[in-house]
Amino acid sequence: MQKIAIVDYGMGNLHSVTKAFELVADGRARIDLTQDPAVVAAADKVVFPGQGAMPDCMRHLDESGLKAAVLQAAQDRPFFGICVGAQLLFERSEEGPTDSLGVFKGQVRRFPPQLMVDGHGQKLKVPHMGWNEMFIVHDHPLWSGIADGERFYFVHSYHFAPDEDIAVIESAYPYRFAAAVARDNIFAIQCHPEKSAQAGLKLLKNFVDWDGRA
Amino acid sequence: MPLAKRIIPCLDVTAGRVVKGVNFVGLRDAGDPVEIARKYDAQGADEITFLDITASSDARDIILHVIDAVASQVFIPLTVGGGVRQVADVRRLLNAGADKVSINTTAVTNPEVVQGAADRFGSQAIVVAIDAKAVDADNTRWEVFTHGGRKPTGLDAVEWARKMQEYGAGEILLTSMDRDGTRIGFNLPLTRAVSDAVDIPVIASGGVGNLSHLVDGVLQGHADAVLAASIFHFGEYTVRQAKEAMRDAGIEVRL
Repeated sequence: MQKIAIVDYGMGNLHSVTKAFELVADGRARIDLTQDPAVVAAADKVVFPGQGAMPDCMRHLDESGLKAAVLQAAQDRPFFGICVGAQLLFERSEEGPTDSLGVFKGQVRRFPPQLMVDGHGQKLKVPHMGWNEMFIVHDHPLWSGIADGERFYFVHSYHFAPDEDIAVIESAYPYRFAAAVARDNIFAIQCHPEKSAQAGLKLLKNFVDWDGRA
Repeated sequence: MPLAKRIIPCLDVTAGRVVKGVNFVGLRDAGDPVEIARKYDAQGADEITFLDITASSDARDIILHVIDAVASQVFIPLTVGGGVRQVADVRRLLNAGADKVSINTTAVTNPEVVQGAADRFGSQAIVVAIDAKAVDADNTRWEVFTHGGRKPTGLDAVEWARKMQEYGAGEILLTSMDRDGTRIGFNLPLTRAVSDAVDIPVIASGGVGNLSHLVDGVLQGHADAVLAASIFHFGEYTVRQAKEAMRDAGIEVRL
């Protein structure tokens, strides 16, 4: 049976991610929530979540001893980044001076206060919290069976600003930004599929079934 | 504006069961939290809030089992409030499967708990609940109350909301004590004053008696989300009907 490791480096609530993967795997994959680099190294697929402040996440990852195993998995196995876990794949973030993993070219930017107004002149709140539309900009196997414009649950104040052509899904708040990026074996998403009802579960199921090819 | 305004059913939980009543009078058993949460999820609820109304502290761990059971089967955001006194309480609720923890009385008596929890778990996980009551007949100034609305604090609700944002709250759950249980609609001037004063999302609560009240909360109160209990519990309306009413009023919703 395939093994899917969910990397637990001490940042955030991984209960729902684990339960959601267990549900959609339905006995077809073993889901390991793990702090052990050896378990990550031995996994067929790796899920890399993260919550909270990016510099804290990076520090915890460094201290956990999991960084090398995560970077290796991002090279050679189906790899799924969620929220701050996805943000860490970029080179740096406006949230702090810490370098991130640099798997993707580009950075992570804060929603700029001066742009946060809607078409009626009403203030848009940050964090961007709630259900927003997901628009397909490049087809990807993980999005199969999910409608263009489907809503997913977001909660974040920073978003990806890639310097390479890796955006597969965009959302808008109020301007368009990359909500999911993908390259080769890696898929990384800003919002929370584990909190996005049936559409989110479909995405996770597609990852369980994915061969890692875009 | 494509971000949907949220509809959040609120469940009062004690001893592992959902209870319902008006103004806590005549509480009666309304069923299994997992079943009710599943029902609201199926109706399209955007989140679910659980309020632990357990009075005795030795029965507090029961809520952890409730949250664990719901979070294992319902994959939308879950907020839990009631009886949160320290950062360790926040941690236990998050570990049980809550996505956000709502802090009310403790935010006033010990605001460092809000700061500490936001630092540790991120602002996205911390909701500060504010219970407010008008202090003037014109409904232009509001005071924060704690202990279930019994104890005045002398704090101005708008100022307090701003301060809680500074302390790291990711969201404000604003309940009008004047309106709670009345079914005559949100206190719209209060809702609007708080929502316009902060940069974080505000959930309006207290007073919903029909679907147009939800619409008013968003359009006139500038709320980012609306919370209601009785209109859903007693089966008067489904969440779906509430969303359709909001959509028909031109509000962006997830349907």
